[in-house]
Amino acid sequence: MNTTIMLFLLQDGITNGAIYALLGLALVLVFAVTRVILIPQGEFVTYGALTYASLAAGQMPGTAKLALALGIGAFAFDLFVARKALHGRLVVRSFITNIVLPAIVLALTIYFAAQKPPVAVCIALSLLIVAMIGLYLYRVAFQPLAHTSVLVLLIASVGVHLALQGLGLLFFGAEGQRGPAVLSGAFTAGALRFTGQSITVYAITIAFIVGLRLFFGLTLYGKALRATAVNRLGARLAGIRTTLSGQIAFLLASVIGALSGIMIVPITTLYYDSGFLIGLKGFVAAIIGGLVSYPLTAVAALVVGIVEAFSSFYASNYKEVIVFMLLIPVLLLRSLAAPAVEEEKD
Amino acid sequence: MQSRLPIFIFAAVMAAIPFVPGMPPFWIVLLDNIGLAALVAMGLVLLTGVGGLTSFGQAAFVGFGAYTTAVLSTAYGLSPWLTLPLSLLVSGSLAVLLGLITVRLSGHYLPLGTLAWGLGLFYLFSKLEFLGRNDGISAIPPLSIGAFKMLSPGSIYYAIWVAVILSALLTMNLLDSRTGRAIRALRRGHVAAEAFGIHTPRAKLLVFIHAAVLAGLSGWLYAHLQRAVNPTPFGAQAGIEYLFIAVVGGAGYVWGGVLGAAIVVVLKEVLQSYLPLILPGSGQVETIVFGIMLVALLQLAPGGLWPWLMSFLPERTSGKKPDTSLKLEQRSRAPAEAGVLLQVEKARKQFGGVVAVNNVSFDVQAKEIVALIGPNGAGKSTTFNLITGVLSATSGSISVLGKKVDKAPPQEIVKLGISRTFQHVKLVPDMTVLENVAIGAHLRGHSGPISSMLRLDRADEARLLAEAARQIERVGLTEQMHQLAGSLSLGQQRIVEIARALCVDPMLLLLDEPAAGLRHMEKQRLATLLRELRDGGMSVLLVEHDMGFVMNLADRIVVLDFGTKIAEGTPATIKTNPEVIKAYLGVAA
Repeated sequence: MNTTIMLFLLQDGITNGAIYALLGLALVLVFAVTRVILIPQGEFVTYGALTYASLAAGQMPGTAKLALALGIGAFAFDLFVARKALHGRLVVRSFITNIVLPAIVLALTIYFAAQKPPVAVCIALSLLIVAMIGLYLYRVAFQPLAHTSVLVLLIASVGVHLALQGLGLLFFGAEGQRGPAVLSGAFTAGALRFTGQSITVYAITIAFIVGLRLFFGLTLYGKALRATAVNRLGARLAGIRTTLSGQIAFLLASVIGALSGIMIVPITTLYYDSGFLIGLKGFVAAIIGGLVSYPLTAVAALVVGIVEAFSSFYASNYKEVIVFMLLIPVLLLRSLAAPAVEEEKD
Repeated sequence: MQSRLPIFIFAAVMAAIPFVPGMPPFWIVLLDNIGLAALVAMGLVLLTGVGGLTSFGQAAFVGFGAYTTAVLSTAYGLSPWLTLPLSLLVSGSLAVLLGLITVRLSGHYLPLGTLAWGLGLFYLFSKLEFLGRNDGISAIPPLSIGAFKMLSPGSIYYAIWVAVILSALLTMNLLDSRTGRAIRALRRGHVAAEAFGIHTPRAKLLVFIHAAVLAGLSGWLYAHLQRAVNPTPFGAQAGIEYLFIAVVGGAGYVWGGVLGAAIVVVLKEVLQSYLPLILPGSGQVETIVFGIMLVALLQLAPGGLWPWLMSFLPERTSGKKPDTSLKLEQRSRAPAEAGVLLQVEKARKQFGGVVAVNNVSFDVQAKEIVALIGPNGAGKSTTFNLITGVLSATSGSISVLGKKVDKAPPQEIVKLGISRTFQHVKLVPDMTVLENVAIGAHLRGHSGPISSMLRLDRADEARLLAEAARQIERVGLTEQMHQLAGSLSLGQQRIVEIARALCVDPMLLLLDEPAAGLRHMEKQRLATLLRELRDGGMSVLLVEHDMGFVMNLADRIVVLDFGTKIAEGTPATIKTNPEVIKAYLGVAA
């Protein structure tokens, strides 16, 4: 191998790794706050990507309708739970966040889709749509299960993944799509060629990691989320609404997922079911990071990306085997170093 | 001691189904698929629902079973009956290998770890030349008995359901045994189980192997049903599907696995064949509806459907009382169980900068009740944990009968005849009082998993249960014997813990706040019991806050404050000791 190829693979790996890092961060976040292992994270990626690509191609994405449908579901759940103590303010607030908001976004989407909107509008709309889907999804699917075990939440998460993936096929068809570059243009430095797109990926990943760090370290909501992650009951007793924490976590995860999708779709063709595997690699990174540490997850994600790039060059047949087997030595190390701590479950 | 009647009825019904006139052959195919899925789900019930170890990787073990027989019966022409033990062996031994790596992982690492190797193995199946890559292996010979070849779904039906029912029986036998109790104790954490000599990593590995062998069996049957294998049914998707079969059915129940398999297989089939009629033209509608229904089912019955259905049946009243005339062999005693039993010398425990126990020394003599008292945070429970091997001391030494046991794990300490109760009750709430107490006698039984499955353990088991029943009687909870431990009041649960500790046949009993939550009369009965035990030759070391209780009961009292021993003596001297009064009441008193 010569240096050019090596540098090229390294660059490729880092670009993918940055995406995995973002997804890994989102998974860690959601798990810590809600105990949900978010398998539908991959669907947030494809929904974001394909909504963006559809809009850019002047097509109406079905996801906007899904957001409204889920919003209506969330409204119904809100009303049902509060049926014994309904009061005007609650109904109005729920109506605005769950029905008026997605309705407005749907109207905007219909308006813009007809006229091939500029990239910025496509991005904004895609993010909004997927963010709402994430928010309402938590309300409809996971909030009623918040008291159950991690296992039940996990299975529910699989159910949601299946439903969303099926809907993805319905909305976007079986053909893959590519979107326009977020930032066009390129420059070369020595043997390496940097596209505007890859620079965007790096910049956004770093911005998000710094942003999350600031959010958790400095803001009241961030601290509330951390408190919920450490001790749900304690957080509730301290007056933190744990459902709000769950909603914020899902909102962040869906935005991160959609953003990752929007960043990948100009580089690779995405299909309705591509998200699962991409999400899983974020997962691998999250596990290596122990589902607790953000910096470790980010580093692990870079390693996953680089290993993937190199193994697809040397042994493309075994690319996935190598990436997933990467976990075994990590787990081995972890189990050797695992302290014999008591876990109180249930 | 469950009645076998419903199982025989179920077996008879299953045997009769193919003879129902007009039975559509397609239903038999469905039943075949249900049986195959039920086998895997049953393993998961034991692994996940009972043992608390979530695995996504079971599909890979199905793959090992299927590919083993596929390769051996096509490339090497072995008879399918010969490949059966080999298939099980391959799944089982790979389970040992993967299990050694994964079962020690705690909490959420474990399911994710299994997901990872499940995926990795799936890709390996689809890339290896000798497994036929993505095309897999075809032309696998059918199962045959003499000239009778099981070519049709209807003929292999019996092989599948015999396997399901036998596996269910064996699995239920296993759960209702000494080993089964150890497995059922796993989900509640390690400390309590290990305090009674259960080797928890070994118990985990055991359920892991059991589940893998069941999955391998399902794979072997699958290969001879389809007569072809390819990687698709052994991927991550399938691994996840097996898990939700178990969860939907009721992850803690063997028949929940079968019910879950029936629900999921039938639901998928119904959706696939009828949904296109309602909503024509659209692609994966059945996946969407299936996913939504799964979430809805979980929201309706988060514990699974089997326990939900069972709650409609009349509650089965108490089981049979064990025959208490059966005697259990006594724990082998060291000749020198007299004089100083326990010697704690300058024991010290630091957690970072905090000194929880600061150079504490005391001893416990034979036939003596010693009380360890002190304000909250004085280091009493930590001292207990040091003695029983849950924590190891930073410095100092602890010896039992003159032998140093500083680094011994809890399983070794209990063998020396030291048993304990816990400040925070550590019982298995969904096991009966009798079963919980029998865990205490774990080391005094000998039956292993195989003999339990085959019911060869009954004599041993009867003696263990008899001992448990005797100890329950001794502490006065006979009426609660067959109730679930979780349904008792906290005070009664503490008494159950004492019965469990007595099952060890100990020379020294360590009680951590036994009287907390007891009413006055109950405290008096407890005090009487402890005096009886002492007079019978046992020593007791107890931590207690109820001063009236302690002063009337203890022969000697050791007082700790902020991890340091401040006084030691008879109740009378302790009552007037100025240091003790200062620690409890402040300087002014």
